[in-house]
Amino acid sequence: MGVLVHKDFEFIVQGITGREALNFTRECLEYGSRIVGGVTPGRGGREVYGVPVYDTVREITAQRKVDGAVITVPLAFAPDAAFEAIDAGIKLLVIITEGIPRKDATAVVEYADLHGARVIGPNCLGLIVPDVCRFGSLGGPAVDCRKAFKPGIVGVMSRSGGMTTEICNALSAAGLGESTAISVGGDPVIGSTYADLMPLFEKDPDTKAIVIYSEPGGASEAELARWAKANKSRLPIVAFVAGRFMDEMPGMSFGHAGTVVEKKVDSPADKIRRMREVGISVAEEIGDIPRLVKERLNGAAPAGR
Amino acid sequence: MRFYEFEAKRLLGKHAIPIPQSGIAHTAADAERLAAEIGCPVVVKAQVISPKALKAGAVKSAASPAQAKQAAEQLLQLDDGGRKPKGLLIEKRPAATKEYALGVTYDGIAKKPVIIASDMAGNVDEIADTHPDRVVRRHFSALFPFSDYLAKELVSALGLKGADLTRMTPIVARLAQLFLKYDLTQADIYSLARLEDGNFVALDCHMDMEVEGRRRQKAILDELGIAADDTRAPRLPTPFEVEAAKIDAEDPRGVAGPVAEFDGNIGLVIGAGGGSLTLTDAVRKHGGRPANYAALGGNPSVKKAQRLTKLILSKPGVKKIAVMSNVVSNTRADLVARGVIKGVTELGLDPKQTIAIFRVPGAWEADAAKILQKYGIEYCDRSVSISEAARRAVEKIGR
Repeated sequence: MGVLVHKDFEFIVQGITGREALNFTRECLEYGSRIVGGVTPGRGGREVYGVPVYDTVREITAQRKVDGAVITVPLAFAPDAAFEAIDAGIKLLVIITEGIPRKDATAVVEYADLHGARVIGPNCLGLIVPDVCRFGSLGGPAVDCRKAFKPGIVGVMSRSGGMTTEICNALSAAGLGESTAISVGGDPVIGSTYADLMPLFEKDPDTKAIVIYSEPGGASEAELARWAKANKSRLPIVAFVAGRFMDEMPGMSFGHAGTVVEKKVDSPADKIRRMREVGISVAEEIGDIPRLVKERLNGAAPAGR
Repeated sequence: MRFYEFEAKRLLGKHAIPIPQSGIAHTAADAERLAAEIGCPVVVKAQVISPKALKAGAVKSAASPAQAKQAAEQLLQLDDGGRKPKGLLIEKRPAATKEYALGVTYDGIAKKPVIIASDMAGNVDEIADTHPDRVVRRHFSALFPFSDYLAKELVSALGLKGADLTRMTPIVARLAQLFLKYDLTQADIYSLARLEDGNFVALDCHMDMEVEGRRRQKAILDELGIAADDTRAPRLPTPFEVEAAKIDAEDPRGVAGPVAEFDGNIGLVIGAGGGSLTLTDAVRKHGGRPANYAALGGNPSVKKAQRLTKLILSKPGVKKIAVMSNVVSNTRADLVARGVIKGVTELGLDPKQTIAIFRVPGAWEADAAKILQKYGIEYCDRSVSISEAARRAVEKIGR
């Protein structure tokens, strides 16, 4: 099962003729994903690895159902591409493009909400249900992707695309595998936060535990803690908080756009405290995550409270 | 990107939000003259942006021009993260019957901009922590034009009535509008004072523009005289950071940076984004002291890896480096390997001695392993965790 995508999930790639898009389109096809069209204005009529390219999204949605769109167009055109996909009736968007100003990201997410569509990202790599569907650029070449991601029981959500692969690699090596891994995005405003996605994992029979990767900046860990407390989730949660050294460097930004300590709630120390208070296990290092997941699955109380 | 307060005040004034009479002084004598012209009491505000300088107390009040001169002499000495203050804002301090605070920012949980108001002066975020019952909030849309009734509802919720309500409402509405118009991420009026005549005036304020919005905000930045290379970082960029930015800008393939400098002995060439945060933590956790790091990602060219490696090794005291990354998706491990080895050899150093460890698993890892083996450099594949790689690096390089 997994969440958001399934084996018959069909998607398009907006900006398919870009350098990175060409790479991940090929990788997704090799992985077995169903890419039914690409869009690049002015390049309609061409093909990319057998995928037909169109000038507009509507040319595709007029003739067939489209479940999702990966948006990887240049910065200046990204919000417009998202509006185009939403207006064409597409309900799940992965926005890979990095550096979209908050005003535009917020407007896109609000527009998606008004149309019953969901946004993953911006500044993310997409998501994967191992061996079923890869929707975006997570994991690189299909051969490497299969090494890092294995079907399994852990729902993974990460603010870092690269660390999504690292953590899943550790979970796969430990024999746990992933039900779905989602790179949620590293920007201050993203379409789907941990707490937004938790109800989906809650309903997914394959998912038995949750792992999140978090960073300094933003209140989404506090939101997850509130959610976990209010909803008495069946799923044990294990978190890893990177960038602890940043507690000593207020105001400086590292890693991603959203990674900056300006307020108390932004600091790793505050995030760790809030999560531990509601029974979320916090791993000291990436290598500890699989062991903590196994302990929690065996009914152990979260350590470090 | 943080605005100096005099710039933020100009934005308020431009949008018909009342601000006090003021002038900019660059010398103590200027300050004295302006204080006399404006009429005391005045406040003398050093124009600084580093959190340290702001905390140190960049504002003094003066009851006479002589006092203003004295305050100016002290404030002009402030160290603003390696910069001098950008002048002094000399501002009339009118008598207030009551002070309020306003703040506009993005709420990443609601995914909307939000106006926060309080009937206390100060930073609305801090007031929300210490006096949650003294703040009111109102989210608004970044998609549709701002509707003034939202401001009216907020002001009403704050308890204002009659002329107070009708006078404060347009100020709130204009603040929300200019927040969106200029791609701000923070627009705060720490003190919105109600004067004896019933008018409101914005006494202290602070604004940040989103770096990603700067390109399309060129017109207003030009109007304020802010140059494209004026980054307004909390402190002046170091030569190391300037060089890293140059390396990144000169080669479009991949992303270099950010870079960071610490006071240790371990040079780090590490994966970008979350990888750099995780790896720096891991090195510190094992007792290692990073000297600096350069983050590398998005499939950088050999040349970029080579130049960044040389930059990392250019810091006095850095004899050895660790090259580590999360499992990479798009970055080619073999290109990174070739780049760092080239960088090391160009400095006349021995790659085997200098590169303590190489842990970049993922795309093209087999090729990377072959190259490293040739030079006798320890290569870690994905079976070696980030933490274990960091431990080995610290052990080899020394604490």
